[in-house]
Amino acid sequence: MAVYAGPVQDLIDELGRLPGIGPKSAQRIAFHLLKLPRDDALRLARAVVEAKERVSFCTRCFNIAEGDACAICTDPRREASVLCVVEEPRDVVAVEKTGEFHGRYHVLQGAISPIEGIGPEQLRVRELLARIEPEGVQEIILCTNPNIEGEATAMYLAKLLGALDLQVTRIASGLPVGGDLEYADELTLGRALEGRRVLDTG
Amino acid sequence: MALYRDEGIVLRTWKLGEADRIVVFLTLGRGKVRAVAKGVRKTRSKFGARLEPTSHAALQFYEGRELDIVTQADSIDHFRAVREDLDRFGRAATMLEAVDQLAQEGEANPRLFQMLLGALRTLSAQDAPLVAPAFFWKVLALEGYRPELDVCVECGAAEPLVAFDLDSGGVLCRGCRRGSSITPDALALLRRILGGQLGAALGEAASPATHEVDHLATRAMEHHLERRLRSAALLPNW
Repeated sequence: MAVYAGPVQDLIDELGRLPGIGPKSAQRIAFHLLKLPRDDALRLARAVVEAKERVSFCTRCFNIAEGDACAICTDPRREASVLCVVEEPRDVVAVEKTGEFHGRYHVLQGAISPIEGIGPEQLRVRELLARIEPEGVQEIILCTNPNIEGEATAMYLAKLLGALDLQVTRIASGLPVGGDLEYADELTLGRALEGRRVLDTG
Repeated sequence: MALYRDEGIVLRTWKLGEADRIVVFLTLGRGKVRAVAKGVRKTRSKFGARLEPTSHAALQFYEGRELDIVTQADSIDHFRAVREDLDRFGRAATMLEAVDQLAQEGEANPRLFQMLLGALRTLSAQDAPLVAPAFFWKVLALEGYRPELDVCVECGAAEPLVAFDLDSGGVLCRGCRRGSSITPDALALLRRILGGQLGAALGEAASPATHEVDHLATRAMEHHLERRLRSAALLPNW
């Protein structure tokens, strides 16, 4: 249904392909861009081109990177002996924000999901195994999502890595800080009880 | 527009937007229901682990035009033993995938619901190799596809039955054989599953015969659905 002149319609169509943007939002954004000063609009266009041309996946950890290796892999202050395995690059950012982790990452680019037909072969599992020996990894933290796919992925990796001479750990699950106990589901609360710890009574 | 209550088992979920999910349930009262669970992917979601595949929950929905909306969920059972064992989870996934294909929206199927619930409970209580295949055969029988196991489907001979053909829907004797071959042990297991001795069959330890019944059940289900089960294709690689 092309109502607008060629280039405007093209812009609306392209914007409409973005996630979460429907035809109406696409129109609104398109007209906003048309109203914008030329420089502002071109800055956005350049940013898209730059990002597309310069950003790729890190050849070592499969995080997004500018160039061959990502900023974390090239940082000499990072411990090489601890590896944090996550599902997506966005999870790297989430863990980084805590400031609690000083090792390197490995991004699987997904999680095992039998119903969607995603198995270990579709993930960066082989690449993970290949890193252990040369980098001298001693601990692997399985930091996949605490949902059913993430748990299945962690279980699979734990089984696979169990044969090797290193420590495999799984992030704890429990209650979110600031929440109410009565709204916690049974599984989460059950795990929180399992993972309880002794308080220092000194 | 109204609220309604039902109980349901989560068959699968799809990501929707930033923090939502579309959850596909098999409900007791309305058959398959697709509903949006808002904010379920947030760490502090009120739904927590209640709306993940295999979960059995008491639910309240807000009826929508296209999709309903989950307004409340209370866990009845979360089958922890299934979730925390890769092998059992894989087998539960094949059952959920098959039910997702079979169940119809807006069409209550209490028998199918009870069978799925029973199968998940059994799988959670014991790691029996025949839970998923027995479930498949029982569901096929419920759908009206009950294989002939006692006489040759072609000539009616009772002995010796050596083959199983999905197109003919049963076993065949040596003279009429086509399809794939079947061992006497596997045939005996099949007869027990479909002949009211399910409990005894589930107690069976893994053996070449249970493996054969498993393989045949998956093929029969795929034949009936006219599509491949993705999760079944993944299982052997675990």
